[in-house]
Amino acid sequence: MSTMAVPDVAVAAVDEGFWTRNRKVGLVLLLLGLLSAVLFGALATDQQARFTLSEDAAGTALEINGTFGAILFGVIALAAGAALLTVVPKRWFLLVLGVGLVAFVLSFLCWQVSAAPAGQNFMPLVNIIRGTFILALPLIFGALAGVLCERSGVVNVAIEGQLLMGAFSGALFGSISGNVWVGLVAAAVGGAFISLLLAVFSIRYLVDQTVMGIVLNLLAVGVTGFLYERLMQTNAERYNSAPRFSNWEIPLLKDIPVLGPALFRSNIFLYLGLLLVLVIHIGLFRTRWGLRTRSVGEHPTAADTLGVRVLRLRYRNVLLAGVVAGIGGASYTLALYSFTKNMIGGKGFIALAALIFGRWNPTGALLAALFFGFADQLATYLGAINSVIPSQFLAMLPYLATILAVAGLVGRVRAPAADGKPYVKG
Amino acid sequence: MSEQQSSPDKEPASKAQAAQESLGNTERAEDATTPQAGPATATPGGTPEPKPSLGRLFVANLWAANTVTVTVLSLVLAIVVGAILMIISDPEVLSTYSYITARPSDALNSSWTLVSEAYANLFKGSVFDPEAFSGWLNGTNGWQAVLAPISETLTYTAPLVFTGLSVALAFRGGLFNIGGQGQATLGVVLAALAGFALPLPPGLHLLVAVLAGALGGAIWGFIPGILKARTGAHEVIITIMLNYIGTYLLTWLIVQNGVQDPNRTDAISKAVDPSAQLPRLLGDNLRVHAGILLAVLATWAVAWLLNRSTLGFELRAVGANPDAARTAGISVARTFVLIMVFAGLLSGLGGANMVLGSTASALTPLVVAQIGFDGILVALLGRLKPWGVALAALLFGALQAGGNRMQSYSGISLELVTVLQALIVIFIAAPALVKAIFQLRAARAARLQTSLAKGW
Repeated sequence: MSTMAVPDVAVAAVDEGFWTRNRKVGLVLLLLGLLSAVLFGALATDQQARFTLSEDAAGTALEINGTFGAILFGVIALAAGAALLTVVPKRWFLLVLGVGLVAFVLSFLCWQVSAAPAGQNFMPLVNIIRGTFILALPLIFGALAGVLCERSGVVNVAIEGQLLMGAFSGALFGSISGNVWVGLVAAAVGGAFISLLLAVFSIRYLVDQTVMGIVLNLLAVGVTGFLYERLMQTNAERYNSAPRFSNWEIPLLKDIPVLGPALFRSNIFLYLGLLLVLVIHIGLFRTRWGLRTRSVGEHPTAADTLGVRVLRLRYRNVLLAGVVAGIGGASYTLALYSFTKNMIGGKGFIALAALIFGRWNPTGALLAALFFGFADQLATYLGAINSVIPSQFLAMLPYLATILAVAGLVGRVRAPAADGKPYVKG
Repeated sequence: MSEQQSSPDKEPASKAQAAQESLGNTERAEDATTPQAGPATATPGGTPEPKPSLGRLFVANLWAANTVTVTVLSLVLAIVVGAILMIISDPEVLSTYSYITARPSDALNSSWTLVSEAYANLFKGSVFDPEAFSGWLNGTNGWQAVLAPISETLTYTAPLVFTGLSVALAFRGGLFNIGGQGQATLGVVLAALAGFALPLPPGLHLLVAVLAGALGGAIWGFIPGILKARTGAHEVIITIMLNYIGTYLLTWLIVQNGVQDPNRTDAISKAVDPSAQLPRLLGDNLRVHAGILLAVLATWAVAWLLNRSTLGFELRAVGANPDAARTAGISVARTFVLIMVFAGLLSGLGGANMVLGSTASALTPLVVAQIGFDGILVALLGRLKPWGVALAALLFGALQAGGNRMQSYSGISLELVTVLQALIVIFIAAPALVKAIFQLRAARAARLQTSLAKGW
């Protein structure tokens, strides 16, 4: 992105005067806080807003009066904004911003939960957390696939296609063999197949990587849709009834209140996803492979001079990305649903958004994916309590957040320097 | 990919040449030949002929990796892969392959029947149906049935011309507009709103509705343009995100009071007034409408804009090398914004075609179909040139129209068309691959590589 900035416009000059980025963000937060304290406070009812620590209305709960809560958290957000605007030193910026945003969300929730129809003034936290993780799962896998590709300098817009192909071949071969593990391996191979095309065409034939990604997505939609209609629709029993991974309970961890039932009684994909975030993060920043990957993504010529085989490393990472995304696709068909046409439905692009929002960093991508998953889950929840907020606007949230992030309003994000540039030795 | 990193197909050309080529009039035919056609056409051992005849040149170029040959061969390759997909997805035909060594004729015959019937239906549905023609001669059906395939093809072609031009125009300015889908969505929304909400006299109503569609697209194009100019945010990311925001906006809007059809409970809006609909060209039984004329007009306008106007020159200069353009006194930021506004406007017109034409007359969640994404393929297939884009849109329109018949007559899923379209473009984007498969001779420095966008 840095190469594409347009210098003939005053882009974020070095000397920003009074209105530094922190202060601008602070002002926005201040206004948000004001809005939530006044508007949400006015709209909230006197009902108790209950956040139950279980899957239903029963059990212990965190309770707060709706109006009081909305105003209280609104004021906290306002205070955080005011602090950013005036006194806060730079190193506490993220912390204060985080507190402010969480307070804003809580204020919003107090209003929504208290204004829900009678008898529904509760939010089951276990469900919300579990739903968040389930909805974030394909995003986590997809974003990790993006990290692997883009850190080594290959733009991966084909995440959607990789997820879809993984979901499809997982369902197909899982059904034929009747074995989940065969399905899982097939899903990985399916994702890797799209990756292989991406790698060969962008590394060997130097096709523009973004173009190739878009075309591969269409190809994946076409091929899986075609075979779905020809095989799975005509003979669903044989071709589209894959066995599913059962839930594994992890001893000890499953007994943690709230988090235990929400996270540690889940299927293999959730554990695998979280483990992969950790492994890739450590791999990328602590191992030789990671150092080489990053150097190839930033400055391939220099890496080549030092003896790193740039193209081979890129091939390997792109294929690995396909394996990861393919498994992510299988988290649909080998755990939740049977395959349907175009079942990924844009999740690949949200994963791309999570990758960018998470600044090309595995942990950042995880947090971004969880944020997007939460927005998604919240939309479902608000729909269930007949909220006045249209679900479509919550569904837009990930995309809006990404635009704000890329436009530098929440802090500038920067892609690996050689991302998208083919390397030609010479 | 930057211009300096020349593709493997390019004959080594000097920088000046490359710059001249990218800036110069790229509208001229790629395979226009000059006497010095390179080492490939020189007779081995002898001196190159000073002036080879036109016929010889034609033969020499026929099997060289020039634009036309590569395009045709890409089509052939895609059709072959499509045939393989049909065979492996048909259990009956596939079962004949289990004893192929014993009786190969079974496998070959059944495969041939399956594939040839499917592709014959593709042709009959899009270009010409001999049965309808003989029926017309016998008097069993009217002339409309003969023209029906062409009418269908042109109906599907019209919106693709607009979105293809949109992507191509942005590409020429160095921007990758993936937002055709979102821009078309906004175009559909505003065109439909103007179409059923404004009480205007016929003629004016249509004009206002079409312009409203253009405006919607232009707004959705302006956002990535201004963000790119002001903050350097990459247009690929912004436009992808705007596509989804547009889609959600559409699905939200449809079910609002005053927009939703009061007689329906599902997500469908009121219908566009007849006074705002594009007139049909060949009577009410054939679907082809005035949108195709607008598409031709738009192609001409974009060709003029690119090659004859100041803005077009600035646009191509910025696309070829933003730094050089800036040095020459062109405002790159302003050009970026204008490019995206024009690109959005074109996509918006494509969207307006979808709801004011004969494809649909009301807003539904899927009213835009895939025209924005298909537009990317069309632009690449058309080599980013206005008339090339129009031809590519015609091909894609034909595939779409024929695909409908293939689906209903041969039971081959319409998705095969998507596969064919994607494959064609994949092969076209990698001419080196096609060249290797068919052992083509190297062509003159033809600009085969369709790559202009840079990394993030």
